[in-house]
Amino acid sequence: MKRQIRTYAQATEPAGTELVAQIGAQADRLLARLAKIRSTIVVASGKGGVGKSFVAAQLARALTDRGLFVGALDADVNGPSLARMLGVSPARLHLDERGVYPAHTRAGCALMSTELLLESADSPLRWREPDVGGFVWQSALETGMLREFLSDVHWGDLDALVIDLPPGTDKIARILPLLPRITAMIIVTTPSNVANAAVARSLRQVREAGVSNVGIVCNMDGYVCAHCGAVSPLFADTPGDEDRREIAYRDDIAAKSENAPERGIAAVPATVSTWASIPFDPRAAAATDAGCSLPAGSPVVAAIDQLVTRLQSVLNPVLE
Amino acid sequence: MKFLCVGCDAVMGFAERELPGDGTMTAVFTCPACGREVAMLTNPMETQLVASLGVKVGGRTVEEQPFELIRGSVAGGGDVFEDVPTGRGDVPEDAPLRVTWAADATERLNRVPAFVRGMVKRIYNDYAKERGIGTITTEVMDRARSELGLEGM
Repeated sequence: MKRQIRTYAQATEPAGTELVAQIGAQADRLLARLAKIRSTIVVASGKGGVGKSFVAAQLARALTDRGLFVGALDADVNGPSLARMLGVSPARLHLDERGVYPAHTRAGCALMSTELLLESADSPLRWREPDVGGFVWQSALETGMLREFLSDVHWGDLDALVIDLPPGTDKIARILPLLPRITAMIIVTTPSNVANAAVARSLRQVREAGVSNVGIVCNMDGYVCAHCGAVSPLFADTPGDEDRREIAYRDDIAAKSENAPERGIAAVPATVSTWASIPFDPRAAAATDAGCSLPAGSPVVAAIDQLVTRLQSVLNPVLE
Repeated sequence: MKFLCVGCDAVMGFAERELPGDGTMTAVFTCPACGREVAMLTNPMETQLVASLGVKVGGRTVEEQPFELIRGSVAGGGDVFEDVPTGRGDVPEDAPLRVTWAADATERLNRVPAFVRGMVKRIYNDYAKERGIGTITTEVMDRARSELGLEGM
């Protein structure tokens, strides 16, 4: 005769492990911190090497220069670069009962990055724990780091928090549960068919999660000649003009847009448009690598302005 | 995670937790009906998986601290922090001052045209930092305007 043993769901008495209560307390702390942040802009891509951090850094700079209170969070815990791109050198971090104080750029943009935690610029992120079954727990630990970056940093009252995600659709999935409200998500790609295929997967994931304000930034869209300033194609298989890229995504996006409003926000539009196209300008790349502002006259400046303009509608009334 | 005393059909309650120091964990549970005890033994991988969630089996005796997981897990990560017990006065001299803006000052700043707002904000931030002022209020803005000759900003 089969024994009748209650299932977990049937055994409703508390066991006293307090695990669920602790997870709930973490969520409460996170929500309390995020409540002071008026808008959250996530920069992501399914493909590596497309320039997410470049876009995130320049966007954070541009918004700060417009007088907004901006934070920049480098969520690429294993490959951080935002501090360097924003010209912030690691220094000792201070903490009190309000949390950990972020570093600041010269212009006043708050920053948190793994770069600020490492012993030196060439130190990889290492864990104290012996790597016993690291494949099981490292992902949980990295997500825990992101949670603490969001909830334990004393960001203050921010107009905008720009989050630079590492590449991969899994990384997008990892951040979504931590952010109940995403003001805008920027998916960065390049004019290459390989990148676009990977980005299409990211777009589908974002769409299914119900993020409503999604735009594409096409990076390295042409090469700026250092001598004459003319812009010529950088990729041989460039799909063509902006409209053609939009159509390529439209077919994919339209397929399941009815699943959207689970996150309490408006349905995802059936198209995802290109918010900005940024040419590759060696001078802008060098300046960013050095943590400096974009060189005056670079077409990248205009492209970032274009991106800020496109964000204007979702950042209003913060941004005039 | 729960343990059910099959004989009593009762959920066993958490009694105590031990960390022997070899990466394993022992958690003891007791049946509230018959008093029988059972010990759950986790291997280092299982122990680490639970710890990576930032939780402690059996609950906490002190509230979770800022960056507790990072400070405890990142090699070298705990060495870059300095505790600041209370207030700005306790921050080391070489610490960068975090300037915050009061609500009324923010409102006034937002009335500055967008194309120069960043520059204006930087001027006020620099003024406050140079004088060790932690919060910019409208009074601080007035003082800065007067001292720096920024009438109209």
